[in-house]
Amino acid sequence: MDCQECKERSATLHFTKVVNGAKTEIHVCEQCAKEKGYVSDEEEAYSLHDLLSGLFNFEPSSIHTGQQANQVSTEQVLKCPNCGMTYHDFTRVGKFGCAECYHAFEAHLNPIFRRVHSGNTTHDGKIPKRIGSTIQQRKKLDQYRKQLQQLIENEEFEQAAKVRDQIKSLKKDLNHGGEGEA
Amino acid sequence: MSLQQFMNEAISPWMKEDGPDSDIVMSSRIRLARNLDKVPFPLIANDQDLEKILTFMKQTYHHQSFKNYHDLEFVGINELTPVEKQVLVEKHLISPHLADKSTHSGVLISESEQVSVMVNEEDHIRIQLYFPGFQLQRALDEAFEFDDWLEENVNYAFDEDRGYLTSCPTNVGTGLRASVMMHLPALALTQKLNRMIPAISQLGLVVRGIYGEGSEAVGNIFQISNQITLGRSEEDIVVDLQSVVQKLIEQERKARRLLMDQSGLRLEDRIFRSYGILERSRIIESKEAATCLSDLRLGIDIGYIDHISKTILNELMVLTQPGFLQHYAKEALSPQRRDILRASLIRERLYLEK
Ligand SMILES: [Zn+2]
Ligand SMILES: [Zn+2]
Repeated sequence: MDCQECKERSATLHFTKVVNGAKTEIHVCEQCAKEKGYVSDEEEAYSLHDLLSGLFNFEPSSIHTGQQANQVSTEQVLKCPNCGMTYHDFTRVGKFGCAECYHAFEAHLNPIFRRVHSGNTTHDGKIPKRIGSTIQQRKKLDQYRKQLQQLIENEEFEQAAKVRDQIKSLKKDLNHGGEGEA
Repeated sequence: MSLQQFMNEAISPWMKEDGPDSDIVMSSRIRLARNLDKVPFPLIANDQDLEKILTFMKQTYHHQSFKNYHDLEFVGINELTPVEKQVLVEKHLISPHLADKSTHSGVLISESEQVSVMVNEEDHIRIQLYFPGFQLQRALDEAFEFDDWLEENVNYAFDEDRGYLTSCPTNVGTGLRASVMMHLPALALTQKLNRMIPAISQLGLVVRGIYGEGSEAVGNIFQISNQITLGRSEEDIVVDLQSVVQKLIEQERKARRLLMDQSGLRLEDRIFRSYGILERSRIIESKEAATCLSDLRLGIDIGYIDHISKTILNELMVLTQPGFLQHYAKEALSPQRRDILRASLIRERLYLEK
């Protein structure tokens, strides 16, 4: 397969990119991938600059209306209190400055994440073992509650009683965790 | 373990073990991106912050062991010569990006070289864990345990909604890049891979040719990895990747059988010609070497050649890279002189197999 950019070298990087909700296949050679900004380093498979600039093209495109002009200026002064990175910097560099940036730019992130992660915006994976133990317990609690509901609907009361006990003890643990030393 | 030991052998100790489906899958890798809470990411952190992290990581984990990952060795990037950096990149122990950074970055490497932890790369911490052959699930389980062990002493930047917070939005969530390195000569030779790639990329996976100084996929070695890190669990990501890799393995085996049935003599001829070139040439460019090595490995896998060890491809692929050649020669070499040394190293290595 030839590289779609230079049509000379063979394409060695293949991936899909979501543009305006539509999936587009990209087949490029390493050199063009670097030149066109599809890869920043070996690992990053596609261009964030592209994704971001694409995203902002339609946001502040018409600056004639006063409202939109305002929007642009608030974006520009939006600044992370921890590291000092502005939202404008973020869109230019395509990287966050620190963990706090995620909160500072929160209002603008969902469209970006959706674009990069095939429509997803929230984490659904590992939780740190040590610092995330309460989160883990809370998630487990949710899971038990769903299970309980299902069991009651199915009239499996014996099993439901067991799950209810598990919920009770988990709740106790959680409360203790919240109050510090029990 | 010392830096010298990492430098001297082209093939990492873990590569010497045979893994499942190792006739096609050369290695499985899990990479987890992690950051420390509150400290700015390496991109904009000041020297002081970066040095503090580096020192902390060195003091906390240097010479520590976890499970089979013995005696982590801390190596500061600024202690390395350009050639040494290149060798570590060629062995996939550090990324080219880390090698480019001269100050405030480092790497912890386990004795078997199975685990490496890059410090102050794009993220504060990047854990890489390798397994030979097709063992993604096992690599993930081990990486999780290793991650938990590291976490005992550091506070990770984690958000309940967004997951592990990373410098680049493309890594947020799981911070996971799972990948396999596959040798797919028959699919490449029969042009079948090109036709499969669009379907694979539709699943959110990336296929890339690796090796080669320029831009081409040489040696028929491809890396398949996940692209999406947010909104899917690590297990799901790995399961998806596994099923695609499984398909590729089946297709590659099928294509090999077909080639043998339909054009066995031609294939045999090609393989033995390549073997001849490797055994006899006096000057060989990396691209030609990679192509011939791929043929030789295919010949070993399908039984045309039986006296050469399988790891020859992995080993010679690394050994004949520019950094390794110059490390071996103990001096900087022009491309022409590299081609001469490459040819002689390959000849010597093959002679050992007799
Ligand atoms: Zn190109
Ligand atoms: Zn910040």
